[in-house]
Amino acid sequence: MHNFDFVKPASVADAVAALAAEGAQALSGGMTLLPTMKQRLAAPEVLVSLTGIAELRGVSGRAGASVTIGGATTHATVAAEAKAFYPALAALAGQIGDPAVRNRGTIGGSLANNDPSACYPSAALASGATITTNQRDIAAEDYFQGMFATALGEGEIITAVTFPIPEKAAYIKFAQPASRFALVGVFVAKYADGVRVAVTGASNDGVFRWAEGEAALSGNFNGSALEGLSVPSDGMIADLHGTAAYRAHLVKVLTKRAVAAAM
Amino acid sequence: MTKVTMTVNGKTVSAMTEGRTLLSSYLREGLGLTGTHIGCDTSQCGACTVHVDGVAVKSCSVFAQDVAGATVTTIEGMANADGSLSVIQQAFQDHHGLQCGYCTPGMVMASAALLASNPSPTEGEVRHYLEGNICRCTGYHNIVKAVLAASGQDVAAVAAE
Repeated sequence: MHNFDFVKPASVADAVAALAAEGAQALSGGMTLLPTMKQRLAAPEVLVSLTGIAELRGVSGRAGASVTIGGATTHATVAAEAKAFYPALAALAGQIGDPAVRNRGTIGGSLANNDPSACYPSAALASGATITTNQRDIAAEDYFQGMFATALGEGEIITAVTFPIPEKAAYIKFAQPASRFALVGVFVAKYADGVRVAVTGASNDGVFRWAEGEAALSGNFNGSALEGLSVPSDGMIADLHGTAAYRAHLVKVLTKRAVAAAM
Repeated sequence: MTKVTMTVNGKTVSAMTEGRTLLSSYLREGLGLTGTHIGCDTSQCGACTVHVDGVAVKSCSVFAQDVAGATVTTIEGMANADGSLSVIQQAFQDHHGLQCGYCTPGMVMASAALLASNPSPTEGEVRHYLEGNICRCTGYHNIVKAVLAASGQDVAAVAAE
């Protein structure tokens, strides 16, 4: 990969200052950015590591209300420490990649990258999470703006993500066995005011909510409520791992499984 | 070039690095610790797995400067003080958990991380934990058997199918 200057600030303020440099790029766990740089698809001139900033790490919450996760918290830490507050979210974190990847990769890095097959975007969208940056709070609804696109501006760092805790929820991932990304993943969350269903891995536009499925499940939180519904394959990802029609089919199948597994 | 100092296998060591120097290159080229193998260099295969501050990471996907000051353990640090094989290494030998040996340093490091957090895993837990470590020779059965044996469990019933 091309060389760069490496800086590792100890505070968000110092990181923001460092990111103002020409060609600067934030680095969290690097589980996507390093392979991307090795392929020379990215060539930052300055890499600003966020792994040395204590205020960006940690899990805190109020049982039954919400859980807040620091932006540079690793998947392994979320899997272990969010379990008491939001078991479905912790279970999702525990299925990302493999153990070594979970020890480096972070929730903020995943959400900032917004890979169309990443797991976390589905949890954030299905939970109506709030993405907090060094500048503002962004509702998940407004945050995801298509494949690899988010509402984040230049020099904006995800400092925390807050998830309202649902009554019941589950994430079911149909893993692509080589990459362990979601071929399709569905996160179902049941709140007092209705059910939300967010789908990752399926659409060319990245994570999305399956509105028809949500309406059916809000009336009857049972997989049978989805009988008769079908997900259109327009705009679905098609590649050597699965056709658009196959992915569309998986959305409904996995939604049913998620409802059955919801805890 | 920036000097990076770490504690590797109990010793304080230093080597010069560029920003782009990977932990795997720092260990192999900077320190001459070539037991850490580079297989895919894309964080898929796990051959380069080492421990950083007590947890398993793929050293090909971490910048050396990002873990400056860390405590690192590599395969060279796994043997007993007298040079004899550690329990996990001995189990890999006893149960034929390697053939060509290329993946073995990563397998041993990943297995050690597993047993540190889960001292008596089930066969399923071993297989699940090692899914980030690829072996093209053994078919995994004997690796799983070795890890179970290293945890002190009876492996007579675990078939090498």
